[in-house]
Amino acid sequence: MSTVFIPSVLRANVGGAKSLELPGASIRAVVGELVAQHPSLGGQLLTEDGDLNRFVNVYVNGQDVRYLAGLDTPVAASDEVRLLPAMAGG
Amino acid sequence: MPKSYADLLREARSQIREVTPQEVEALPPGAATVVDVREASEWEQGHLPGAAHVSKSYIEQQIEAVAPDRDAQVILYCAGGVRSLFAAQTLNEMGYTNVASMSGGFQAWKGAGLHFDTPIVLTAEQKQRYSRHLLIPEVGSAGQAKLLGSRALLIGAGGLGSPAALYLAAAGVGTIGIVDFDIVDVSNLQRQIIHTTDRVGERKVESAKRTINALNPEINVVAHEEMLVAANVERIIAGYDVILDGTDTFETRYILNDAAVAAGIPVVHASVFRFEGQLTTFVPFEGPCYRCLYPTPPPPELAPGCSVAGVLGVVPGILGLLQANEALKVLLGIGHTLAGRLLLFDALETEFTELKLRRDPECPVCSDKAVAARKAGHPLTVDSVGNDVPFAMTMTGLAGTVSPEARA
Repeated sequence: MSTVFIPSVLRANVGGAKSLELPGASIRAVVGELVAQHPSLGGQLLTEDGDLNRFVNVYVNGQDVRYLAGLDTPVAASDEVRLLPAMAGG
Repeated sequence: MPKSYADLLREARSQIREVTPQEVEALPPGAATVVDVREASEWEQGHLPGAAHVSKSYIEQQIEAVAPDRDAQVILYCAGGVRSLFAAQTLNEMGYTNVASMSGGFQAWKGAGLHFDTPIVLTAEQKQRYSRHLLIPEVGSAGQAKLLGSRALLIGAGGLGSPAALYLAAAGVGTIGIVDFDIVDVSNLQRQIIHTTDRVGERKVESAKRTINALNPEINVVAHEEMLVAANVERIIAGYDVILDGTDTFETRYILNDAAVAAGIPVVHASVFRFEGQLTTFVPFEGPCYRCLYPTPPPPELAPGCSVAGVLGVVPGILGLLQANEALKVLLGIGHTLAGRLLLFDALETEFTELKLRRDPECPVCSDKAVAARKAGHPLTVDSVGNDVPFAMTMTGLAGTVSPEARA
């Protein structure tokens, strides 16, 4: 199980949870599980083709998966996965 | 057995190695830490280039800050070569193993026709006002003079810009530009502490200017009462040393990013949402730019501004001060900025998290390819980088016909 941190703007979609423990050996599997449990997130995180939306950054242990292996980036138990959309407020 | 001055001097001469001004001048850069042990009033009249100043009366307390390595060469000088001999004895007692005194002191240096620097001298009022800065070796009067000659631009005099502006002004950043076209609303006052209740309805740039000058009258406040758009961004940011991005729209953030990268100006970025904030410093070509971090803005429902989503007032306060801290480091050239790192702040948990950022090798604005294209006078076009590049600019950015490099 990895720990997936949910940004506050998306917490309403997961019942207010700040983080979730989710199974999956890759970002694809973890995000797939997340969307399976909370289908309303699907439209926010993924494109119609199932890719990550470009406006949501995903980090594994502080590293952007875009510079690792994208959705195929491996995720180990006890890894920290963080979803991070840009913020506008100033 | 009492000792006379002559006895003490003889002793010091026998213990301390002496070097001539010519020998000091011939040293390769970095071969020695040269320390001027005269009084501040003498230092202000001129000193050896690259020398540090620690007056003899503070030598025990302050030498470790300028010469932390006790086995590295330290050369002391004073006006005539006597005080530096005695100061060198003190360093020997402290365990410094390679200390020399420059014979003849600064008088001999000048007499030999060697080059010397004259520092910018702060006024008596400035010395008092900035005394807590002057006591820090990493700032000192040279650093304070640098701040007084610096120009910082704030995009927005709102939740982030308010605390940043106040502290930059207090710190003596000589010119503070403020871009804001808004007027003060009573709902701003929960966090925008540069404004006051009796200024509701006033222009924010004017209100900010009054508060800044009440705090520090010598700050030159430049009011840019207009919305930052592609057509004016280059003109507005020109000549500033650092920019603090505290806007609340993605469009402005992208437009600013593209122009600042092209102009080579660091941007200290912060954004806030309810109890959370994000902060990083974009130093062009040293770290990523805003487009590397967020190639595309989220749809509006995923990134509401403060007026829609709300924000705990202290969150922009904390993030704005961290922006001011980054800006001061950029201006002083000290420490390490957040270039290449994104700092997340969670006020509910009182938790800071750091993420690693990278330059996108395909970035349409700051990649080598994009720079080369601008330099060649053929900036990347929207078509060449794909049509999902938001807020593409027409002047400095992607579709431009004239690159800033070509015009410079």
